[in-house]
Amino acid sequence: MASVGVASAGQYNYDVVRKFTILALIWGAVGMLVGVIIASELAWPVINMDLPWITFGRLRPVHTGAVIFGFGGCALFATSYYVVQRTCGVRLLSDGMASFTFWGYQLCIVLAALGDVLGFSQGREYAEMEWPTDLLIAVVWVTYAIVFIGTVFKRKQPHIYVANWFYMAFILAVALLHIFNNLAVPVSLTKSYPVFSGAQDAMVQWWYGHNAVGFFLTAAFLGMMYYFVPKQAGRPIYSYRLSIVHFWALIFMYMWAGPHHLHWTALPDWVSTMGATFSIMLLMPSWGGMINGIMTMSGAWDKLRTDPILRFLIVSLSFYGMSTFEGPMMSLKDVNALSHYTDWTVGHVHSGALGFVAMLTFGSLYHLVPKLWDTGKMYSTKLITVHFWLATIGTLLYITAMWISGIMQGLMWRAYDDFGNLQYSFAETVAAMHPYFAMRALGGVFFLTGMVLMVYNVFMTIGQAKSAPASGNLAANAA
Amino acid sequence: MIKHEQIETNLGLMLVLTLLAISIGGLVEIVPLFFIKDTVEKVEGVRPYTALEQRGRDIYIREGCFLCHSQMIRPFRDEQMRYGHYSLAAESQYDHPFQWGSKRTGPDLARVGKKYSNEWHVQHLMAPRSMVPESVMPNYPWLMTPLDTSDVADRMAALRITGVPYSVDQAELDKNTKEFGAEVAKQLHIPDAQKNLVAQAQAGNYDGNPNDVTEMDALVAYLQVLGTMVDFSKYDNDRFVQYR
Repeated sequence: MASVGVASAGQYNYDVVRKFTILALIWGAVGMLVGVIIASELAWPVINMDLPWITFGRLRPVHTGAVIFGFGGCALFATSYYVVQRTCGVRLLSDGMASFTFWGYQLCIVLAALGDVLGFSQGREYAEMEWPTDLLIAVVWVTYAIVFIGTVFKRKQPHIYVANWFYMAFILAVALLHIFNNLAVPVSLTKSYPVFSGAQDAMVQWWYGHNAVGFFLTAAFLGMMYYFVPKQAGRPIYSYRLSIVHFWALIFMYMWAGPHHLHWTALPDWVSTMGATFSIMLLMPSWGGMINGIMTMSGAWDKLRTDPILRFLIVSLSFYGMSTFEGPMMSLKDVNALSHYTDWTVGHVHSGALGFVAMLTFGSLYHLVPKLWDTGKMYSTKLITVHFWLATIGTLLYITAMWISGIMQGLMWRAYDDFGNLQYSFAETVAAMHPYFAMRALGGVFFLTGMVLMVYNVFMTIGQAKSAPASGNLAANAA
Repeated sequence: MIKHEQIETNLGLMLVLTLLAISIGGLVEIVPLFFIKDTVEKVEGVRPYTALEQRGRDIYIREGCFLCHSQMIRPFRDEQMRYGHYSLAAESQYDHPFQWGSKRTGPDLARVGKKYSNEWHVQHLMAPRSMVPESVMPNYPWLMTPLDTSDVADRMAALRITGVPYSVDQAELDKNTKEFGAEVAKQLHIPDAQKNLVAQAQAGNYDGNPNDVTEMDALVAYLQVLGTMVDFSKYDNDRFVQYR
């Protein structure tokens, strides 16, 4: 890989990377806590306590916003700023602009969460923020694009490293999606109406929604994978050619897959068929990335026995492979007829989000934190191991519960009795969900506990950095 | 033949090719939907929401109802039996934003209108488990607070900009009268929005109290109109298959 002759660490801007790393952890803990709360509300509705601000309908966007854009987004900012500097051998284009992206982005997340609990919603999944927040996000994002692309522009290496291809595609795609999905006519500061309606609006929304997954939660995290897996394994990327093929195939095909969220709806069939076709083909580039990551381990498999960080990374790629097999399968119209509207979809999202995205982030940040604070290693390797098992068990509990409840509910909805009448009332199918809703909440508790352990471990590591003599180095970095 | 080395050493080229790769899918799938006429079929009866219904829809969105309730019935036998005729694109043509949803933690609501009484809805929204013991829906007691009607005209004006045929002058009112009939056209007239809203709430008495206009009035009025605009008895059974 494109390794760079390291001069003094002070040549890079690690300050903004550190800030984003800490906020990623905090938003992660907050977002997962909210996740556990709303999961519990579905199992035990009394938890809603008749308070408007904490009902499922208002807290669910807080959960998705805090984990996707807070936890995931801050982790992407942190790692992309770190990776682009390391692989290009230059400092970020502008410290001031980088700092602006940090504070601006945090403000966006706080505003989004406040808007959600107060009920200022656009009614668009994963894009609930009203227009003033959307405008601020656009400004921050353009600044991010300038900082990142500008840094690549002044690189010392002739080649742009593969991780940066993914990060750039992610930055460009998210800008495009965000702008077109949020076109709206304002009524007041807290209310607007989208310019599109009905079937067209549905298509635009799921073009956005699916590619929020495809670019925010996949392409960008593959960029993260392409730096941290080879680094932690101490091996070069398995195949350069595979990375080229799967990069272009992935970013091209993802953009077509959105309509599989709208099978059997009033969206015309030709669009939904097209979406299904590309979703199925998407298996290939997805697995290209998984294979390239996992095969990077060849010759270093023994490290899995001793290195829990590497274990996080490899298990995350395994979950990636599994959920990118499940996804194309669910995009088949006949499978989708059963799975759509049920918990199966929720389980699928979480096998990607917990299993792939979060575990990859944990592994990458465990690698990154000792480098950023110059401590050599994490405060406790044992706690990383505990975190690994909590996260793995939590994810498995979660997705197993959702598989059972999703498939069961889908089958109950379409069950007939001997006389050809519907066998179950809707309420009966809700009652049947209860044990699995409880099991899902328990899985969430496992995952959240692991996250809290990580926060503790990282803060103890940072504490060590401050008390160690190496802190002089830290001051030099900040300067 | 271009070598990938040329792309990955040239930032400009890489950015242009990336933009190209990520633009094509959306262009091919989205743009034609605005030009192919059959995307939204022509059906009699579908009209924009009245002022009160639209305010109810705003509350539906505010509370995030769409996160647990879909408004999109699929063309399957079981859904036909449970919910009714499958949803048509025309039925959500005035929905900014669409609320088809993606999850049924609760049942589909696309045709919930007129299936239950106003009293049932009020009681169910106040305390769902008093009506459906298995329900996991939150209680919504705060819906009994007065509805803010002050900006309803502004809201309809914004929707008019997006293309919903609310009228602002006599010419537009006449046009609506021709298209939707005099009764409906009056309800779509923005200058009378606030007056119409209060009148509908008092006449409909959705929340059981004819004197106050509450958020409950608006939400129940919205729920009661869902899926009721098209009279399917007027059409042959397979009339709409050609538009799928």
